[in-house]
Amino acid sequence: MSRATLEAPGPIGPRSIPPDRGPVAAQPRWRRDFPIDSDDDDYVSRRDLLKYVVLTSGAFVVGQLWILLKTLLRAREPAFQPAPVAGVDELAVGAAKTFTYPQGSPPRLLVRLDAATFVAYDQQCTHLGCPIVPAVAQGKLHCPCHNGWFDVRTGAPLAGPPQRRLPRVDVEVRDGVVYATGVEG
Amino acid sequence: MPVPEKLEFFVDASRCIGCQSCVQACAECATHKGQSMIQLDYLDRQRSTQTIPVVCMHCDTPTCAEVCPADAIKRTEDGVVQSARKPRCIACNNCVLACPFGVPKMNSRMNLMMKCDMCYDRTSVGLRPMCASVCPSQALAFGTREEMARLRPRARAVNSFQIGRQLIRTKVNVMVPLELPDEIVDVTAAMYEPSIGHDPLDAMAPLEEEP
Repeated sequence: MSRATLEAPGPIGPRSIPPDRGPVAAQPRWRRDFPIDSDDDDYVSRRDLLKYVVLTSGAFVVGQLWILLKTLLRAREPAFQPAPVAGVDELAVGAAKTFTYPQGSPPRLLVRLDAATFVAYDQQCTHLGCPIVPAVAQGKLHCPCHNGWFDVRTGAPLAGPPQRRLPRVDVEVRDGVVYATGVEG
Repeated sequence: MPVPEKLEFFVDASRCIGCQSCVQACAECATHKGQSMIQLDYLDRQRSTQTIPVVCMHCDTPTCAEVCPADAIKRTEDGVVQSARKPRCIACNNCVLACPFGVPKMNSRMNLMMKCDMCYDRTSVGLRPMCASVCPSQALAFGTREEMARLRPRARAVNSFQIGRQLIRTKVNVMVPLELPDEIVDVTAAMYEPSIGHDPLDAMAPLEEEP
């Protein structure tokens, strides 16, 4: 009767041996999928999982705190520095001028309504972003693309497709110069 | 940290005096409070008081792990077959039935198989297992091979076992008389009954002839 034979006697090796003591290559595939050796087993211990979960969520918390800190620090410094836009004398009543504020922004539109009143808005129509043209004589701003109309005093949409108000730019007259001081929204 | 390679476990049943110290020491261990992972078996209760301490032999072909459907029993690279992983063990009893040495026992209250892991928390840092540290007759001994050869000149350590057609090499050594010629202890040879000419392996003979 045949029996399995033993390799040279002595201490056992680091790898487990299949029951037939045959070569590893000759073993069925499931034996590789369900290894007996601890190192080959994709086992995630409870402690490892907890460590992973705690450290990952900790990293999220730190990230959130960092964002909060950034926000708080940013809120402290003034968002807009006043910048001169035009001299009062530069614009006749009913005239308009485009400018950028702050530096590099989309174009804004400054309109002189009467001797003392200046208003400024984004020049982009709130419908599809066409540049608006002033129609101060009618008390309106006009977007020629789709015939949209805005109230020049408030920036509110009056007619046509635009539904939202034009974002306002705060302006202020100081010593004969018009300064932009802030942007809405 | 693996168990130091030069330290080995030696079991000499002929030295066992049945004092139950190992069982008590094992049960007191903090990692498995109250449950002993070592058993003291009687060889032949009717005729003898001889007892045998049963620790896990830590096979290189762990049958318990082979039969585990939940993939719960794993063997570390130092050759120690670990106790069932608690989150995986489904208490199916397969290992209990399959182990040729009768080591695993089911803890049905915890629905968990707990078996001797050679006190991995102790041996992996170079300490002796609980049972070996308390055994008064050193039937359970943990030390180097040279030490054992010096202390027990009339015995030698064997770690190969033939069980039916299964050949098993173990991490734990069994002390046998020096004059025993075999390298391999044939465990199932005891089942051979000459009076009826019965060899348990004969029943398997037709299987072997198949390709």
